[in-house]
Amino acid sequence: MIQVRGLSKLYGKKVVVDQVSIDIVPGTITSFIGPNGAGKSTLLSMVSRLMDADTGEVLLDKKNIKKIKSGELSKKVSILKQSNQMNVRLTVKELVGFGRFPYSKGRLNDQDHAKVDEALTYMDLHDLEDRYLDELSGGQRQRAFIAMVIAQDTDTILLDEPLNNLDMKHSVQIMKILRRLVDELGKTVVIVLHDINFASVYSDRIVALKDGKVIKDGLTNDIIQSTALKEIYDMDIHVQQLNNCRICVYFNSALQGE
Amino acid sequence: MKIRILIIGLVVLSICSLFVGVSSITPMDLIDYQSEETQIFLISRLPRLVAIILAGAGMSIAGLIMQSLSRNKFVSPTTAGTLDATRLGILVSMLLFANASMLEKMTVAFVFALAGTLLFMQILNRIKFKDAIFIPLVGLMFGNILSSITTFFAYKADVIQNMSAWLQGDFSMMMKGRYELLYISIPVLIIAYLFANRFTVAGMGEDFSKNLGIHYRRIVNFGLILVALITVTVVLTVGMIPFLGLIIPNIVSIFKGDHLEKTLPHTALLGAIFLLLCDMLGRVLIYPYEIPISLMVGVIGSGIFLYLLFRRRAYA
Ligand SMILES: Nc1ncnc2c1ncn2[C@@H]1O[C@H](COP(=O)(O)OP(=O)(O)OP(=O)(O)O)[C@@H](O)[C@H]1O
Ligand SMILES: [Mg+2]
Repeated sequence: MIQVRGLSKLYGKKVVVDQVSIDIVPGTITSFIGPNGAGKSTLLSMVSRLMDADTGEVLLDKKNIKKIKSGELSKKVSILKQSNQMNVRLTVKELVGFGRFPYSKGRLNDQDHAKVDEALTYMDLHDLEDRYLDELSGGQRQRAFIAMVIAQDTDTILLDEPLNNLDMKHSVQIMKILRRLVDELGKTVVIVLHDINFASVYSDRIVALKDGKVIKDGLTNDIIQSTALKEIYDMDIHVQQLNNCRICVYFNSALQGE
Repeated sequence: MKIRILIIGLVVLSICSLFVGVSSITPMDLIDYQSEETQIFLISRLPRLVAIILAGAGMSIAGLIMQSLSRNKFVSPTTAGTLDATRLGILVSMLLFANASMLEKMTVAFVFALAGTLLFMQILNRIKFKDAIFIPLVGLMFGNILSSITTFFAYKADVIQNMSAWLQGDFSMMMKGRYELLYISIPVLIIAYLFANRFTVAGMGEDFSKNLGIHYRRIVNFGLILVALITVTVVLTVGMIPFLGLIIPNIVSIFKGDHLEKTLPHTALLGAIFLLLCDMLGRVLIYPYEIPISLMVGVIGSGIFLYLLFRRRAYA
């Protein structure tokens, strides 16, 4: 279980993450939402130790993550960042294979190969597995990165806008897979999303950030409410019930409320 | 690019190389251990071959590691100032110790090579404009500055003559007793192979490395130490061999990708083959004289380098 305690980040005098304390509930999907520049990526980077915090600490099973060996941590928490420039010429399969690095240091055994194969199947990448990354489309490459993180097989998976560049079909597919990882394998997923309807339909909990502060933290149904959303995004968002799903309508405020 | 074909190619070329030269030696001559031919063979031909193979493999691997760690395909000992820093180091060792032994030269040159390369990597981190072609240009300028400093002080101290020996790579002087330092590169290459996967991960960038549990800085610094060690042993024994570390890894990358554990053997073999070919050409073209290998590699290498540049443009 990950607990965030009083975490802050400053750039110069500007506070971009401000005294954030949250618990990531194990065995759930938690969505981070909020406007551009709210501090979602910065928070996620600090939780995953890619970035040092200025104040506060992150606890993994009651232990400060800074005290955990990086080799150990990489078997427990994985992260995929928002933008990934990589100019290494690897095939999709090789890349996904490196997801197993924490376990095998690159010399894959049978179990590793099975995990790689499984991740490729999940991400629908078998047709592309021998293609080089620089010969793929943006969305295909994004799927390869997600497959790599899935192959890493950590209890906690942190994803920063993984649906970037993806078409609707693959977005839905990925959210379903994340759901399966949580429901069937008991994993914990934290995901930054801009499309609040994906957050609404697929996540158990939502954490909303604004100006570096957590302004909402609770169950999805409690946060996907017009009043709460107005507070987060400063705009009128109409919420409709559609086959058990709560759908937000925000494309054109003139259409709302009829 | 099959590993088997490369090995066969290297073996065939090696045999040819052993029997090409001013004094003709045939395999039959070697049956008599006491013969003059056998002596030439053991004192000159064999060391020359070993030196070429080790230098060719070493410089290519050094370039491969640098390209991976700097995440730039055009960074190599030639284009990052490593070679020039090494020369400056050799000069300093000659000025510090009157009759510098090989070990003293090596130690000082190693410190300089490492410092120069680290400095270049720092410059690389600071540059905002990370164009793949701009970076090696900065490296070449950086190298030229170091080179000017070297020339200036060498001139002042009147050791220009002595220094120019380290300027041009040359195998014609490879004799027993002059090339053994190159053996250091054998364990270094083995270590490089054992760390290949870590270098590949580091090549994915700092965030990917941390996610996969690698101490990014530590691995980068360690890789650069290996690069400096290889470069120093090669420059001290053979001299400067430009471009090799640039073109060989790039050619292999085009065909085999950047999974270092898979491409490292290919890179080493192709580097040795290429250098061997250049050496034989240099020996045959103006027979019975020799074109220095640095010149041969420089001419052929810069041609291939230009081709790679334009090829990249076409794909960009
Ligand atoms: N290196 C930096 N130097 C200065 N300010 C920065 C730096 N990186 C981020 N910031 C600022 O920190 C704030 C939070 O950035 P962050 O990337 O965490 O936002 P975000 O919520 O992920 O936004 P988005 O939805 O656009 O991805 C922004 O105001 C940004 O301008
Ligand atoms: Mg972000």
